[in-house]
Amino acid sequence: MSVVIAGAGQAGFQTAVSLRAAGYLEPITLIGEEPYLPYQRPPLSKGFLLGKQGIESAALRPESFYAAQRIELITGARVQRIEPQFRSVVLSSGARVSYKKLVLAPGARVRTLPLAGISYLRTCTDAVELKQRLNAAAEIAVIGGGFIGLEVAAAAAVLGKRVTVFEMQNRLMARLVSPVVSEFFRRVHGEHGIEIRLSSPAPDPRADLVVAGVGVLPNLELARDAGLPVANGIIVDEYLRTADENIFAIGDCAEYPNPFAGARTRLESVQNAVDQGKTAAANIAGRNEAYRAVPWFWTDQFDVKLQMAGLSGGADREVLRGDPESRRFSVFYFQRGRLIAVDSINRPGEHLMARKLLASGAVLTPEQAADESFDLHTILA
Amino acid sequence: MPLFGKKETASITYISHSGAVNRVDVPVGDSVMEGAIRNNIEGIVAECGGACQCGTCHVYVEPQFLDRLKPVQDDENEMLNTTASPRQPNSRLGCQIEVTLDLDGLVVRTPPRQI
Ligand SMILES: Cc1cc2nc3c(=O)[nH]c(=O)nc-3n(C[C@H](O)[C@H](O)[C@H](O)COP(=O)(O)OP(=O)(O)OC[C@H]3O[C@@H](n4cnc5c(N)ncnc54)[C@H](O)[C@@H]3O)c2cc1C
Ligand code: FES
Repeated sequence: MSVVIAGAGQAGFQTAVSLRAAGYLEPITLIGEEPYLPYQRPPLSKGFLLGKQGIESAALRPESFYAAQRIELITGARVQRIEPQFRSVVLSSGARVSYKKLVLAPGARVRTLPLAGISYLRTCTDAVELKQRLNAAAEIAVIGGGFIGLEVAAAAAVLGKRVTVFEMQNRLMARLVSPVVSEFFRRVHGEHGIEIRLSSPAPDPRADLVVAGVGVLPNLELARDAGLPVANGIIVDEYLRTADENIFAIGDCAEYPNPFAGARTRLESVQNAVDQGKTAAANIAGRNEAYRAVPWFWTDQFDVKLQMAGLSGGADREVLRGDPESRRFSVFYFQRGRLIAVDSINRPGEHLMARKLLASGAVLTPEQAADESFDLHTILA
Repeated sequence: MPLFGKKETASITYISHSGAVNRVDVPVGDSVMEGAIRNNIEGIVAECGGACQCGTCHVYVEPQFLDRLKPVQDDENEMLNTTASPRQPNSRLGCQIEVTLDLDGLVVRTPPRQI
């Protein structure tokens, strides 16, 4: 009887590693549909597209690591269905694997558009193919001004391509950041020769490569077919357990009660995948740990590093710290006078500080946040 | 995914806060952070996987090696001011130190806390 993990991405991988780190001795089977060693996705749209790093450097660990840690890694195999009544899963090969605890970490897949010949970016396979197509193209259209679309656009521009970005909303990364930050990024992309068309759904028919980054859909089928409740994600409690106490769900696919949002949310980030993997492992190892990590996220575009801490969605007041003209500033978000999130542009120290402030619940006033001479460290002391 | 082929390596020694000593061969081109993570050495967290975003790969470099390292960049400098364990003159982010043959024999210490 063992732990079975369905999905060998960032979250599934972390669960296995954290179980062993916690001294868990039972067998662990990590099953992934992709034919690769578990890898991280962020470099795919950044260093890899730019040609700064090879695809193999995205691997989280070398193959030898799994044997050494007694983690049975099965790649290129899909978990086809769950049989909760027998506590077993059935693989695409027909093999049955039984579990004591099952962790669902199947992530998400790209939302596709009803247009032919479009490239998407989610997996290593996508990235290698996109890079080849990118090298051969001169003119590129990007559909979607979210962070993936913009990272691809930035990489293409650095590689000397003519790039147009089409965004349906009237500003960039609208789901993630405030208008000041959107406008800052519109300018940065403009300075690099990228044409940004806002409120504009149509792809440029003349482009010789069209890439779409229009969001993802969580992989819910396994859970739904097993009769587990799903909504915008697989529904879990604060311990990341589904309605079946032997089945956890984590990462991009999981909808959980988020104390920072005061609601159930589903987040798509490395932080969320890693920290939920750690929490699931802790709970399987017998600790009763609620998931309360501060959400954070980053994107790199050209020489601009955007880091987000907390969730800014519910903000009723925004305060600028620093001047966007200097290309180094933060936006502090407040809700009813309480700090709920901080977006930092080229201020990585302030981002780390923001995460500490949010985790500690320390009180910062909007006036202090706006005052650059006010040392944020003093609040934590 | 292809395995890491045979590459030149440099020997790096990691000394944990509790005193555990691990000497490992790290491929040239990998970072000091990767050398720790890939060999399962405790004391380095690396939440962001080496993207210079998290500050949880903080190390103290044995002083005699400091002048062999490339200088601290702006981002790294700022983050070192807010790491979980206090910054020392020999503080660096492990993901920002690329292993070269010149660093063969490097010794780093991991701090008491990364988070
Ligand atoms: C190009 C790109 C860049 C990104 N950049 C950033 C960034 O800069 N910062 C950041 O915080 N986040 C970034 N993200 C988001 C981040 O990578 C994801 O949030 C994270 O990977 C989620 O981890 P996960 O384990 O939940 O899902 P995934 O990493 O998607 O892993 C799920 C795995 O499960 C497999 N699987 C699915 N169904 C089954 C099944 N039935 N049986 C077996 N296996 C199955 C899938 O094939 C996949 O390999 C980026 C994402 C992409 C695509
Ligand atoms: S690993 Fe995150 S900053 Fe070095």
